[in-house]
Amino acid sequence: MSSVHALTMPKWGLSMTEGEVGRWLVGAGAEVGRGTELVEIETEKIAGVLEAPTPGVLRRTVARESDMVPVGGLLGILADAGIPDSEIDAFIVSFQAHFVPEVESETSRSRSETIMVDGLALRYRRLGSGAEQAVLIHGFGGDLNTWLFNHEELAAGRTVYALDLPGHGGSSKQVRSGALADLSQVLGGFLDGAGLTKAHLVGHSMGGALALEFALAHPERVPSICLIASGGLGSEIDGDYIDGFITATRRKEMQRQIEKVFANPQLISRQLVEDVLKYKRLDGVEAALRTIAAQFCPGGQQAIVRRHQLGSLTMPVLVIWGAGDRIIPQTHAAGLPDSVRREILTGSGHMVQMEEASKVNKLIRSFWDSV
Amino acid sequence: MRGTLAAEFLSGNVPTTRLLTAPVEGWDKVEIWIHYGDATVHRHAITVAEERRSPRMQLASDELLRAYRIMKMIREFEERIHIEFATGEIPGFVHLYAGEEAIAAGVCMHLDERDKITSTHRGHGHCLAKGCDVYGMMAEIYGKKKGLCGGKGGSMHIADLSKGMLGANGIVGGGPPLACGAALALKRAGAHGVAVAFVGDGGANQGTTLESLNLASIWKLPCIFVIENNGYAEATSRNYSGAGQRFADRAAGFNMPGVVVDGHDFFAVYDTAAKAISRARDGGGPTLMECAVNRYYGHFEGDAQSYRAPDEVKKIRETRDCINNFTQKMIADRLVDRAELELVDQEVLALIADSVAVAKAAPKPAAEDLLTDVYVSY
Amino acid sequence: MERQITFRQAINEALDQEMRRDPTVIVMGEDVAGGSGTQGEMDAWGGVLGVTKGLWGKYGDRVLDTPISESAFIGAAIGAATSGLRPVVELMFVDFMGVCFDQIFNQGAKFRYMFGGKAVTPLVIRTMIGGGFRAAAQHSQCLYPMFTHIPGLKCVVPATPYDAKGLLIQAIRDPDPVIFFEHKMLYSLEGAVPEEAYAIPFGEANFMREGRDVTIATVGRMVHVAMEAATMMVDNRVDCEVIDLRTTSPIDSDSILESVEKTGRLVVVDEASPRCNLATDISALVAQNGFRMLKAPIRMVTPPHTPVPFSDVLEDLYLPDARKVATAVCEVMRYKA
Repeated sequence: MSSVHALTMPKWGLSMTEGEVGRWLVGAGAEVGRGTELVEIETEKIAGVLEAPTPGVLRRTVARESDMVPVGGLLGILADAGIPDSEIDAFIVSFQAHFVPEVESETSRSRSETIMVDGLALRYRRLGSGAEQAVLIHGFGGDLNTWLFNHEELAAGRTVYALDLPGHGGSSKQVRSGALADLSQVLGGFLDGAGLTKAHLVGHSMGGALALEFALAHPERVPSICLIASGGLGSEIDGDYIDGFITATRRKEMQRQIEKVFANPQLISRQLVEDVLKYKRLDGVEAALRTIAAQFCPGGQQAIVRRHQLGSLTMPVLVIWGAGDRIIPQTHAAGLPDSVRREILTGSGHMVQMEEASKVNKLIRSFWDSV
Repeated sequence: MRGTLAAEFLSGNVPTTRLLTAPVEGWDKVEIWIHYGDATVHRHAITVAEERRSPRMQLASDELLRAYRIMKMIREFEERIHIEFATGEIPGFVHLYAGEEAIAAGVCMHLDERDKITSTHRGHGHCLAKGCDVYGMMAEIYGKKKGLCGGKGGSMHIADLSKGMLGANGIVGGGPPLACGAALALKRAGAHGVAVAFVGDGGANQGTTLESLNLASIWKLPCIFVIENNGYAEATSRNYSGAGQRFADRAAGFNMPGVVVDGHDFFAVYDTAAKAISRARDGGGPTLMECAVNRYYGHFEGDAQSYRAPDEVKKIRETRDCINNFTQKMIADRLVDRAELELVDQEVLALIADSVAVAKAAPKPAAEDLLTDVYVSY
Repeated sequence: MERQITFRQAINEALDQEMRRDPTVIVMGEDVAGGSGTQGEMDAWGGVLGVTKGLWGKYGDRVLDTPISESAFIGAAIGAATSGLRPVVELMFVDFMGVCFDQIFNQGAKFRYMFGGKAVTPLVIRTMIGGGFRAAAQHSQCLYPMFTHIPGLKCVVPATPYDAKGLLIQAIRDPDPVIFFEHKMLYSLEGAVPEEAYAIPFGEANFMREGRDVTIATVGRMVHVAMEAATMMVDNRVDCEVIDLRTTSPIDSDSILESVEKTGRLVVVDEASPRCNLATDISALVAQNGFRMLKAPIRMVTPPHTPVPFSDVLEDLYLPDARKVATAVCEVMRYKA
């Protein structure tokens, strides 16, 4: 392994093709440790910070603030202090000469597909091709892009589906009663339709409550469940967030709501808010969300709490929470049966799978490996 | 030719009336009505064998009283505003309908809640005849918050859409396109509703009116165009400003019936409107009714009317007043008795006196009202 | 990939979906069916540029060809709107407002206020704007400032197929009269548009591009011109923020001020004639409410104060383009904070 390390534009999420360079947080010549925050990167969906992958000296900052750099493009050089400048320069020249940005293609954008389940159109995206299968279930108001920073990594060696629940994303806006039991039936129909006899379930927030509901009803079909900032483990939930999300029609109102789900509101790009608004504007969405909310958390309290049933589950359970979750308190992760594996990630809010994507991805993958 | 039209009316020997200029299927093709200057009605139903009864005989006495009440209400309303305006308490300008009452009454008595009307800047009579609230109108004319338009419209813009009154209109010729649209909506609704556009002789020369006649005809809209020809477009004589003998003749070019009636004669208007409206309700399409009439006051209050002959209005009032003539005939024919009419007079006068008192005492709009009602939500 | 359709198809789809949803929605105008009463096809045209093509076949007499009598049929649409219908009426070219403006600004626009809040006039007037078609002085104007001037009218100037559909659906559902300005050069522009119906609220600007150095505010086709200029400026290391206002009435003042607070520099691009137009309006807004935020004088990029010329050489000179916008951006960048 070369001791000259190219710092390149990361690919955060399936749809990312380029990123905008923000401020360099350390100057050229600084000695950095592994994990030191180096430079701010802003993408269409989310803002973040590139961390040093290895200790060394930041020898060059190649990309300048506000440059748009394609994924894989050169940002800077991290190397030992002892390597001569001439070698660094030669490395840069060679890198730039050979770098070809990835051409965006249909397959790299990975199209979503639609399946009919009991008269409902369900949109999903499938990645990977392993024999082992998993389904990712988003929360209230989310969609399959909840897993933008997870799906691809989780699909290495497995077939992983990300689903849009009824009333959400590109799925039908009919939600029937909107109750978890109904959604659970739809989930079963989806597994049947997609030909999955068994699937690991990963659920975020209300999607966690749904995964739990389904695992309790059909334990034979669920080799493991991973509950992220999950519903169903206690009655508290930020009812104002739910109401605010339902009623918000404008950018600022929606921005205020979305800020609640991230520990660091700086992460939220205008595009992220715009994407949520695009979904919210669709005919039938507001009614669908109201119907679901009336079942899931009437009066600002979760209606169904199943924490006492966790012990009866035969499959392994992983619970992940952001310590700074302002929607469902991380205290819901406490006092669960010993069989439940529990991971609390500091510095993260309700969208822990986005804010700490690489950590969450590692946790889930090692959890699956251990099943 | 100052006062030509009035002279023509007063001479008593010129037929001021008239006939169907555009024979259309479903309308008695050659039926001719002649209303002479003395307001006697001669009907010549050439292809209709039976002699019809006089229209006044077809009205029950309570209908006659209703007609009287409407006309009287309009007259007293306008006479009172004439007096009150002179005191300076009424803001802006008002245009009075006195003298033309038979038209609003004779047409609107055929209309119900389904039906819509558009009006002119001289709109008080149409509002009252279509059922607008006297108190709400008076308060509006005084610019008060309790007015029909919250004090934001005034005399020229009184409207009550809940009564099918789509607004008096400050723009001459503004109403006919709106009436076409209302008629289109009514036609689509399928409940046999009709729309009536009241237009002055000034408005009759606007392109909007002519375009609307065409549109109403090609779409066969249930729309009646009532041209109130009072002889003056503001200060300019109809004889000067309008080409052709009669506005009704223009209907022929748009393939619809055009009729001239004596606008001082309630029965002439009433019976013609009955035909036009029932034809429209039955899907027969539009009709143009030209009502020859006179206004008693100026274009607006304060108009010295120096363009009119010195005694013009006085003579009309004495000889051709729609209410006097109506009353005399009713009493002569013993259809109603004087005591009944006097009772109506008292009631109307009391109502108007009260509406003025209430309007004067009512609060004006508040400062915050300035910014409301401009958009539903902003 | 989301489905891509043209601006023209997006408008047609909005009309189709709203007509299907609400039987009181009717479409009327010159040639909107396009062949009524002829010996040929009943719906030969579907509007002069084919935007309403296909609706007559689905909705029959709810798609009404009109005589060329703009006063009568625009007025009729207003009258119908007061009487229970939701007409979408087409004024073929906005330049034709001259023969029907009374009905729009004295009648439809004023009913709600003048009648004390008791009238609703749920009407949409769709009309074509803009130059670039070599259509000369009477078929190329961008007259939205004249409508924006009138209280009671809402004015929409969409820039993308997504916005065209969502804003038109909002316009049809809106209880107030809405003037919907379609730039004729955008009809063939493609973009991602959801198949489902959706409504975009009025008065909410769209940040087409975020940037730190200069705010470029505009509407309609000029949004694309501004985006092109912003791309050109990347090479000069100038980071432009491009705001598509979407509606000129109501106008999203907050977003303009919010952006200028960040950038300190404002370029307004307007295809309308330069006096009393959107550019002057926004400039006044920022001068009045954001004076202290400004690091540089505001620049307006507009056509000259002449009618739209016919000859292609002259029209190209007349219209704002990316180079002119980029020049304005360079000028405001010369001022340092």
